[in-house]
Amino acid sequence: MSIAINITGTIQDWLMNMMPEGVANIVAMVIVALIYLAIFAVAGLYLVLLERRVAAWFQLRIGPNRVGFQGMLQTMADALKLVSKELTGTVKADKFLYNLAPYFVIISSLMALAVFPFTKEFQAFDINIGVLFLIAISSIGVIGILLGGWSSNNKFALIGAMRSGVQTISYELSIGLSLLTMVLITGSLQLSEIVEVQKNGWLIIQGHIPAVIAFMIYMIAGTAETNRAPFDMVEAESELGAGFHTEYSGMKFAYFFLAEFINMFIIAAIATTVFFGAWLSPFGITESIPWLGVFWFLAKAFILVFLMMWFRWTFPRLRVDQLLTLEWKYLLPINLVNIVIMALIVWLNMTIQF
Amino acid sequence: MSYFSNIYNGIKTLLKGMSVTGKYFLTSRKGAITQQYPDNRETLKMFERFRGEVVMPHDENNEHTCTGCQKCEIACPNGTIEIIWDRGINEETGKKKKEIDKFVYHLGLCTMCGLCIEACPTDAIVWAQNYENSVYDRTHLTKVLNEPGSKVKAGIED
Repeated sequence: MSIAINITGTIQDWLMNMMPEGVANIVAMVIVALIYLAIFAVAGLYLVLLERRVAAWFQLRIGPNRVGFQGMLQTMADALKLVSKELTGTVKADKFLYNLAPYFVIISSLMALAVFPFTKEFQAFDINIGVLFLIAISSIGVIGILLGGWSSNNKFALIGAMRSGVQTISYELSIGLSLLTMVLITGSLQLSEIVEVQKNGWLIIQGHIPAVIAFMIYMIAGTAETNRAPFDMVEAESELGAGFHTEYSGMKFAYFFLAEFINMFIIAAIATTVFFGAWLSPFGITESIPWLGVFWFLAKAFILVFLMMWFRWTFPRLRVDQLLTLEWKYLLPINLVNIVIMALIVWLNMTIQF
Repeated sequence: MSYFSNIYNGIKTLLKGMSVTGKYFLTSRKGAITQQYPDNRETLKMFERFRGEVVMPHDENNEHTCTGCQKCEIACPNGTIEIIWDRGINEETGKKKKEIDKFVYHLGLCTMCGLCIEACPTDAIVWAQNYENSVYDRTHLTKVLNEPGSKVKAGIED
């Protein structure tokens, strides 16, 4: 039993029968975009709920469990409340950039979602430079944060945004280099090719020691990239109010908030794709049923999301100088050595393959 | 060489911290501190040192141990306690003796500091563990603690 779920392909074929080719292409794109937008708006809301429940369990509390079964509708209600709130702003704000910033952040995080292979042929955009595209897109998001902080005309927001710039530019290196380590094994940046290579064992097993080191570095840098605790210099409630989004309210604030959680999912999804075999099931147990790949992909991604939440509710925050020391004195040199080791392993054919 | 031992110690201590919080996460169902209050108001029992309001316990003969010494009234920083007292005549000895008529307690003024209870030499007043103290009219907050017809327990002053 195999269901063809090449979504763009199937929708396009169906539309082709009704209208000319050019129109069909555009309509298909719009439909796929709307599907992704709807799914990930809801997914973002549920990630917020997951975060709150997990945080509660770590702190021996119960967490929101009143709205709907086990609090399932809590974040929906919160979102409705935020929609109904007034959009306030500062008088001396740069109005154009101030209004543009949240869309920058949310669009860049939604764009990154397009390239993930959720299961066989369930991928909106299989670009041949997939990993590079992801790294590039994820660094565009910081421009939104910088714009938001700059245009708010607020000192807290500006300092928060500048810290975010420092942090993201530093940790971008580690993310890129740790993914590059894995690209040495796959020999391709295309995400579907990377999955194809992992049919002989997930990359974290194929690359053994250097792959595990690369994964650890990736998770540290990824947590820093999403501006989450223990690296939440950007928001730093005790020092900066709410950081770069101090002046935002209502739905614009919700965009920043949602983007933060979708970014967390993106970081987990990249790790799933590059280290843990994307939609491939462990030991190939459900290889004959491709649509179960969605389940495996999401399961792996959510385990990694949970890992990031675990970090958040365990570790104390770093100072800015400690943050930069960690990156430039520890992660970066280890990463460079790691790449050399990985290159040697690939060259000497010491990877573990099944 | 401290560079590498720093990395080793860093990873070791981070993992130790994660194991501690991980244990909390797994046992959070049993150990949850949160009380889901309106649902469990029948079974919810406040702990011993909880300061709900000041009460005066009476025994089965409707006798309390308050001698009317007014130490609690003096100890109270904001005039929560008013003792209305009188001199009664002891029937056996024929001596005049101070006894309380009304022990008035204004819950609305009370800050739950507990100085009255510390000051009481005969432990006549204690903390109660009730917590649903809201009323629709503030006159309900003025309470008379000694029950009507009660008298002081014999021999408490000796």
